[in-house]
Parts: sequence; structure tokens; C-alpha cells
Amino acid sequence: MNPSLAPDLITDVRELLQFPFMVSALEAGTIVAVLAAVAGWYVVLRSQAFTSHTLSVMAFPGAAGASLLGLPVSLGYYAACTAAALALVRPGGRSGGAGGRSRGLGGETAVVGTVQTVGLAAGFLFLSLNRAVLSSPDSLLFGTFLGITQGQVLALALVATGVLAVLAVIGRPLLFATVDREAARAGGVPVAALDAVFLIVLALAIAATSQLTGALLVFALLVAPAACAQLVTAKPLAGLALSIVLALLIVWLALALAYFTVYPVGFYATTLAFGLYVGLRLRARRRRA
Amino acid sequence: MFAHEFVRNAYLAGTFIALACGTIGWFVVLRNQVFAGDALSHVAFVGAIGAAALGIDERIGLFVLTIALAAALGLAGDRGRSDDTAIGIGFAWVLGLGVLLLAVLANSAGGGSGITTANTLFGSIYSLGAGGAWLAAGIAAAVTGVLLAGARPLLLSTLEPELAALRGLPVGLIGAGFLGALAVVTAESTEAVGALLLLGLIAAPAGASRALTARPWAGLLLSGAIAVAAMWGGLALSYVVPALPPSSAIIGLAAAAYAGAALLATRRRSGVSGADPE
Repeated sequence: MNPSLAPDLITDVRELLQFPFMVSALEAGTIVAVLAAVAGWYVVLRSQAFTSHTLSVMAFPGAAGASLLGLPVSLGYYAACTAAALALVRPGGRSGGAGGRSRGLGGETAVVGTVQTVGLAAGFLFLSLNRAVLSSPDSLLFGTFLGITQGQVLALALVATGVLAVLAVIGRPLLFATVDREAARAGGVPVAALDAVFLIVLALAIAATSQLTGALLVFALLVAPAACAQLVTAKPLAGLALSIVLALLIVWLALALAYFTVYPVGFYATTLAFGLYVGLRLRARRRRA
Repeated sequence: MFAHEFVRNAYLAGTFIALACGTIGWFVVLRNQVFAGDALSHVAFVGAIGAAALGIDERIGLFVLTIALAAALGLAGDRGRSDDTAIGIGFAWVLGLGVLLLAVLANSAGGGSGITTANTLFGSIYSLGAGGAWLAAGIAAAVTGVLLAGARPLLLSTLEPELAALRGLPVGLIGAGFLGALAVVTAESTEAVGALLLLGLIAAPAGASRALTARPWAGLLLSGAIAVAAMWGGLALSYVVPALPPSSAIIGLAAAAYAGAALLATRRRSGVSGADPE
């Protein structure tokens, strides 16, 4: 049957929830939105957008390697993202491009960029070794919400619970270490260890998110809601809450729009995220002037 | 090996593209704009899809979109720099548009787009024709020449923007021009090494060179030399081992050079002082 938009909202929502695949997609989307919004709030604060992007494209070697070895694809996502995060951890130093706005030490971004391309080159090699075409490269890169199983939803929920629990534990010291690194170190906060733990947790969150949004469009949920929230408020708890709300709105609207039209969910999610961000930036600029 | 025309074409285009990537990459790393280069290379991919959707030459789409994004980044940022968050959200949106185009293409033409996707993402240097190779080499050589000619003001406005502005240099304009040059290199190299792997030729040789020397001219030359060496070695390797895609071989060599240089630098530094300044 052809989905059609009814004039009243309740009928529309009821139609959305009528199919199990849509229910699974909404459940997965909700889990991923909360997870990405919380992790992303720290990403924006620590200016680790480039690192996050690098971790997110690891989905490609992950998927290609898993299909070469005959393992489940989502396992490959988690393994490749974690491996890349470990490659970016630097004992003693700043890990993973934290504080990317500082100048002079450009070597850091070169490391991140190199790790990213090595991952991609490895993925391409796996693909050509396998001599098989990856089942659907477009959905790997740009996401799909079709065919998400209840098992996948359960796995996402488990990963999300773990990541959020770790973030709840390290949240306060991590915030301290991010905002004032030297003072935190002087105060006995294990700054380097926090950097490393956050990177690994971030890798897991991104691996989970990219299963829904695709490797290239993670930012619509990870960075955009958090960046919007930080344009509105500087208070940590309010910002986190706002970031979650915005991410949920983006996911739900994008899924609904993708259901009622023929166009992909990734397009709607990124467009909503971009529009929101541009609008808020313009507002912030006008207020400053 | 050089008896084959496709190998000669690949070496011709590859040498100059690597030279351009290595040279501009050194400045990209110095200016902390690797992410901008990354964004440009992904956007190039959307440009290729867009050109396919409109039925025009792929190269036009590549150049138009990357240069447009470079202009947007230059305008949005402060003095031709812009922050990572804005770059990330912006390029995610452009990619989102790319997905839309892919969906439109799939609905209308049916099939065919998959090959374009793979070629634009990973490059197909061994399928370059003679005309394409000469064009690529010419554009890459021109950009390298412009960069080397403008290296002094660019260096000053990168390292000491306030001083450069005091001396009357248009720092913002130089930054925007640099992003424009980066866009041209990106669009150009996308054909050869692919949108996703291009970043390796920009970041790895420059990182290696900066680990070895802090002197600007030596660093620039070294960066270009490492990029060219990785290109030559990678092309030869993938010719000998057909299962190895050329892009993967090139990136692997460039990354190995970086890892070696970083190890060397660490050993040298710990030999001199022992303390590792963050």
C-alpha cells in the first residue's frame, strides 16, 4: 500500500506505527538520538568534530572486513571504530585532536587524517580481496532505516546503556578536564586517561549511530543537536537536555518524512539539522550585534 | 611496465597530483585545516553525482561544488578559517543532498550510479585516458606553481596573522584564496585517487615532513617528495600485485612514511631532552 498523509496528526502517527519495521526504526532512532546527543555534546565542547568524523567512516572498513571474514556487519562496525580510537590514543599527550582550535601544533590533525585514510584504504583492500560487491554501499554510507531487527534494537540499547553509564561516571571530571585542562591536572584529575576513555566510548557511540544514519551522516545526530544546544545555553545540564530533545525531534521527523515520501532518511535528517543550526547561528549573531 | 599506455598516463597524472597534494598539504597541516580538506573531498563526490544527475561532465560538477564550498567556508570563518563544528554540519548537509540525488537517479535512470559511486569514492587512476592525464597534470602543476609563488605571504599570514595584517597583507583574502586552491586540488585529485583517499595524500606526507623538519622550504620540498614517492611506489606495487587497489597501495605507503617519521622524531627527541612537551 502507498503511504499517504492524512489531514490529522493522530491518523498519521497511527499509520506510522502500524508496521513492525517502522516501530523498530523508531525505537532504534530514539536510542541512537539520545546516545549521540549526549556524546556529541562533549564532542562539540572538546572540538573533536574531525575525530568523530574519522571514527564514523571506520564503518566502511568495519563492514568490508566483517563481510570478508563472514562476521556480522555490526560487529565489524564496533571493532573498527574501537581500533581507530585506540590508534588515536596517545599516552601522556592529548588524545584524538582534543582542542583542535589551538594553533601551532598542526601535527595532531595530520594524525587523525592519516588514521582515517588508512582505515578507508584498508576497507577498499578488503573489498577487492573479497571480490564481492558490498551488499549495499549506499546504505552503508548514507544509512537506511529499513530492515532493522529487534535483535539490532536490543544490541543498540545495550551499547547505549553502557556508554551512557560510563559517561555518567566520568561526566563531571571530563567536563572539568575539557574546560580547564591545566587546573584539572593540578587538581589531580587523570586528564590523559579521561581523554582515552572518552575516545573509546565515543567510538562505540558512533558505531551505534552510524548503523542508522550511515557513516557519512552521523553528524546530523552527533554534532548538530549539540552545537545548536551550545548556541542556546552554556549551562551543562540544560545544554545536554536540549541536545537530546533536538536530536529526538530530528530523528522522529526525518523518519516520518522518509516514510511518507520516497526520499532517503539521511537527506531529511541532515537537512533538518543544518537548517536548525543555521537558524540558531543567525539568531545568535543578531543578538550579539 | 611502462610499455602500457595506461601505466604511463597514470604516472604522468599521478606525479603532478601527488606533488600538488604534498605541497598544499604542508600548508593545510600547518593551518590546521585538514578537516576542511576532508570536507571538500567528500563534497567533491556529491558534485560528481550531481553532474551525473544533470547529465553534464563529471569534472564540472566536481569543480563547481568544491569551489562553492571553499567560498562558503571562507565566508563563514574568521579570516578564511572556520571552526570544525560548522564544517561538519555543513558538509553533512551537502552529503545529505548527495543522497537525495542518488535516490533521484536510482528512481529515474535505474542502475549505473553504483559504478560512478565506487569510482568517485576510490578513484580509478589506471583508467585515465591520455587527454585526461595531461589535463590533470597541467592543473596540478599550475596550482603547485601558484602556491610556491605565494608561499611567503601565505606562510606569514598563517604563522603571524596580526603581523601580516599590520604589514598590509590581506589575510582574509589569502585564506580564502588558499581554500580555493585546496578546492581545485581536491576536485582534481578526486579523479585520480578518489574522494575518500585523497586526504591521505594531503595529510600523511605533510605530517611526516613536519615530524622531520621545522624549516619551511625544506619541509615543503620534503612533503612534496614523500607524496610523489608514495604515488610512484603505490602505482608500481599495485601493478605487480593486481589484487591490491592502487589507491590503497598509495595511501599505505604514505601512512608508513608518516609512521616512520614520527618514530624517528620521537627517538630523536627523547635522545635530546627526554621530556615530551605536550
